[in-house]
Order: sequence, then C-alpha cells, then structure tokens
Amino acid sequence: MNDLLSKYPEEIKKILAKYPPEGKRSAVMPLLFLAQRKEGYIREQALSEISQILDIQETEVATLVGFYTLFHDGKAGSYRIQVCTDLCCALRGSEDFLTSLCEALEIKPGETTLDGLVTVEEVKCLAACDKAPMYQLQGKDGISYHENCSVGNTLEMIEELRESGTQKQEETK
Amino acid sequence: MSKYVLLRHRDIPDIKELKVYQDQGGFKAFKQAVTSLDPGQVTEIVKASGLRGRGGAGFPTGVKWSFMDQNSWPHYVVANADESEPGTFKDREIIEENPLQFLEGVAIGSYAVGAQAAYIYLRGEFWQLAEFLDGKINELEKAGLLGENLFGTEYSLKIHTHLGAGAYICGEETALLESLEGKRGQPRLRPPFPPSYGLYGKPTVVNNVETFTNIPLILENGADWYRNLGTEDSAGVKVFSLSGRVKKPGNYELPFGSTYRELIFEHGGGIINDAQIKAIMPAGASSSILRASDEVLDTPLEYASIRKLGSDVGSGSVIVIDETISMDWVIKKTIDFFQHESCGKCTPCREGTYWMSHLTRQIHSGKKTEEQIQLLYDVATNIQGKCLCALGEFSVMGVLTSIDRFPQDFGREPKGSDQG
Repeated sequence: MNDLLSKYPEEIKKILAKYPPEGKRSAVMPLLFLAQRKEGYIREQALSEISQILDIQETEVATLVGFYTLFHDGKAGSYRIQVCTDLCCALRGSEDFLTSLCEALEIKPGETTLDGLVTVEEVKCLAACDKAPMYQLQGKDGISYHENCSVGNTLEMIEELRESGTQKQEETK
Repeated sequence: MSKYVLLRHRDIPDIKELKVYQDQGGFKAFKQAVTSLDPGQVTEIVKASGLRGRGGAGFPTGVKWSFMDQNSWPHYVVANADESEPGTFKDREIIEENPLQFLEGVAIGSYAVGAQAAYIYLRGEFWQLAEFLDGKINELEKAGLLGENLFGTEYSLKIHTHLGAGAYICGEETALLESLEGKRGQPRLRPPFPPSYGLYGKPTVVNNVETFTNIPLILENGADWYRNLGTEDSAGVKVFSLSGRVKKPGNYELPFGSTYRELIFEHGGGIINDAQIKAIMPAGASSSILRASDEVLDTPLEYASIRKLGSDVGSGSVIVIDETISMDWVIKKTIDFFQHESCGKCTPCREGTYWMSHLTRQIHSGKKTEEQIQLLYDVATNIQGKCLCALGEFSVMGVLTSIDRFPQDFGREPKGSDQG
C-alpha cells in the first residue's frame, strides 16, 4: 500500500512526465515536497513510498531530507516564519527585527508558539536583500515572501493566520 | 522603445502579458531563428555580441554554446535560477516582471544548441515564481510558441520548471545538475564540463537567468548593437543589485562602463544618514572587499577594470558598507553563511569554513589578538586553491581582503597605501 501514490496519483503522474525515463530519479525532490505538503514535515513512511515509486534506495531519499533546508523531518508549528539574517538583511536591521518579533511572541528563535501556530526560524539568504527585514512563510500552501516588514505588520499577519485557522476548524465541524 | 534591455517592465509595465510582449516584438527573434537561421548561426551572433555569463564567472556565452559535444545526444539546456548569494536579487525581478523575455531567451538558446528539453532550476524558496512560470509556459504552448513542430518546422521544445529545496551550493552548475538528477547538490570534479557531460551525462548548457534574458534583443537588434551598449572590454548592459547601507537599494540596469559613484550616489541615493562610505563588496558575500576610495568609486564598472582593482564584477551584487560597520562583523556574517552552505564534499571547505567561523566569531566578540588574526589568515590561505568548487575558494576572499585592507578593524596598525 503506497499512501502517497493513492493520495496524489494525478500529481505524481504529472511530475514523472517532466523527466526522461533515464532521469526518473529527478522526481525525488518534487515528491518530497508533495509528501511534506499536508503536515509540514516528512514522515518516515513517505521515504520508503518515494523509494518504491522511483526504484531507488530509501537512504537515497532520506539523505536529501538532511541536505536541503526546506525539507523537514520533524513537526513544528503549522507555519514557519523564516527570517533572513544574512549580511545584507542584517545591514538593514533584520537581526533586531528577529529579536523583537521573538520577544513579542515570547519564544526564542527556533521555537514554536504555545498554540502550535508558528515556528520562528533564522535562515540564510533569501535573495530579497533590498527589501529587508523580510521573511518567508512556509506552510501548507507553499512558500510566500513577506518584505519590508515590521514587527507590527508581522503580528497582524500571524493574527490573520490564527483567524483563518479557527475558521477552517469550525467549517469542518 | 524601452531604454532598458532587461528590466523593460520598468517602462512597459504589462510586458509580462503575452499580448503586450508580442506587441513589443516578442517571440519574433525566436521564430526568425527557428525558421531562417541554422543553430550554428545563432551561436555565432551570440558570440559576436560579446555577451558573457551573468551568473558570476563571466564566461563568454556563445563560446560555451559552441563547446556542446556534437557526438552525444540528446542535448539539454538548464537555466540557473538558484540565485542565493547574499547581495543577489536580480533574477527574481526579471522572472517576476519580464518572464517572457527570459523564456524566449531559453528557447533561443535551446534551439542554438539543439536541445528539445530545457529545465529551469529555481531555488525552492521561489515556489510562487515556479507556479507563475508554469502558467506562462502553458500559455506559450497554447499559442504555438513552445511545443511540437514549432512554426511548421521539425523543431520541438519543452520547457520545465524544477524546484530546489534550499541549498546555496546548487547555484554551482555541476551541483545544480546533481540536484536536478535527484541527488545531494554536491559539485562534480571538472573536467568534464557540462557541454560534454552534463544532465544525465549528456551535453548541457547551463546559463544564468539574466544571461538568457539578453538573448532575444541581441538577435533582434544585432551583435554590434549590443556590443556598442557597453565598453570595449565588457559588452552590453548589466543588472546591478545594490544593497546594504544605501538609501535606495534595488536593481539598477546600467551599461558597462558606469561607475560605482553613479550606482551608489545617483541611483542608490547615497548612504543612509549621509554617513561616510567605507567599503564596497562588488560581487556579493564572496567578494574581494574594496576600500571605497575615490579611485574605486570612479573606476568604470567592467570586468577588466574591477579585476585590476583587486575584485570582480561577479553577478553584479554590490553591497555597500558604511563607517558605522566594522569589518570583523562583516566577515563573521559572510563566513557564517559559507560554513552553513558548505556541501561537505571536500575537506578544505568543510573543515576550513567551520574553523574560520569559529575564529571570526571569537575575533568579533573581542579576541583581536595578533595570534588569532594570523591564525585566521593562515587558515584562509590554506583553503585557497584546494577546493573542489568556487564556494570554498571564494569564501576566503572577504576574510583576506578585510584583514589586508582594513587592518584597524582587527586591532592592527593602519597601512599607508589605498587598498591596504
């Protein structure tokens, strides 16, 4: 039983069609993104499912999860706020932004808010050096960029995430 | 006609729409190439234009294309949209705002090297951009500008997007190919170079987004037109990403031959709080760092002149440092980056960046003893020349030039000469 295959048959077909038969393994990263989509991290079971789909070893899949920073093997908040604090952003106040944001949320960088909604992380260059402070929001719907940020508008953004989450929960009830 | 070659959306705002792009002459060059030029002729035009790769290395584009092994097929084209170097943010604007010109460039490049499949490798963070490009590619297929038997010829072309997942090293072309093949992004030993052994072991051209975006207008207006935009040494125009302590950071498209003074003070509006400019990093975090003397500020921005100053044009990522910033902090930040992004394949880089990170942190926290500075310098020079790829090789440039050119920031006596 291959959960991933039965959950996303059409998408997997589309992904595999991008690459020539001898390059089937190229689909491994797109499939890892797919496996991560719902829960925000990759379950161990998905590694063997992907290895079955692509006829490669499970370790060849697992090694990528460790190598690439956008793949996660552990649960975190429903959303990850990833603040760039590299040189150019730091020259424009991103380190202070990160500190103040974490203080306002009463967490340390790398930690998750008590309600499990957001994890705030420090990351390397996101190629938006002219619009610092900035972060990317990684969640169920993919990744989006938020630029020229202040602690105020970031807290508002988090509030919106919280409200839309509660709304969805009520809809499913 | 727009005064821009690359950032044409600045005066044609809807150029991302196919109709507008076509009204501006879009896809005429591709059609003309496919219907009336041999692939070799296209390569010759690009060669004659003097266009060099805009990803950092500055290798002549047409020459690279002519290296494709004609005895091994199929051929592939890969567009490198993995831009991840601190200070670089030009490719994102090009893809966001002028995507069709970029895609037409990829299409022309593919025709020139006989590739029927091209991959655009975007850094994983550019998730939304990849979706956006997929939409554009779809539109082009529906309009008969990509796909099977283009313009009634036998030539067919598919363009695909492929997302990375967060690794700076994948901007290195052979690491990118490994990653695209579904492996860890670790550089290959070169030679063989991608034009003889690339994606899936087949001849492959890898070029940067900005490089490709130049191509349609070069074909449309001719090689001489493009050459005349720049200087004798450096043909054409370049997008400079300006960041750091300037009032108006952003992308600025300038002809080669402009100066840092124009870029920083005219376009960038000068330094925040009108502080004194102190240093320029001409090529992102991996720059050899220059003291911002009058000589440097007035040097024409072109490959040869910047090299003469002791640095490089690179990908045109100009980071400005002002008098409020100490260089020991700057190199702590850049080395943190390289240490994090080292892929771990070769020892000098894996161990060396780790060691340098340890030392730069100590130095920044106040341990500026002569012994410590000398040790850092020794570690850096021992990494140099021993790495598998440019990541490790260039990680030391900022360290060495900072210590040489800004000795006071490391508790050393100032030297007399201008660049240390």
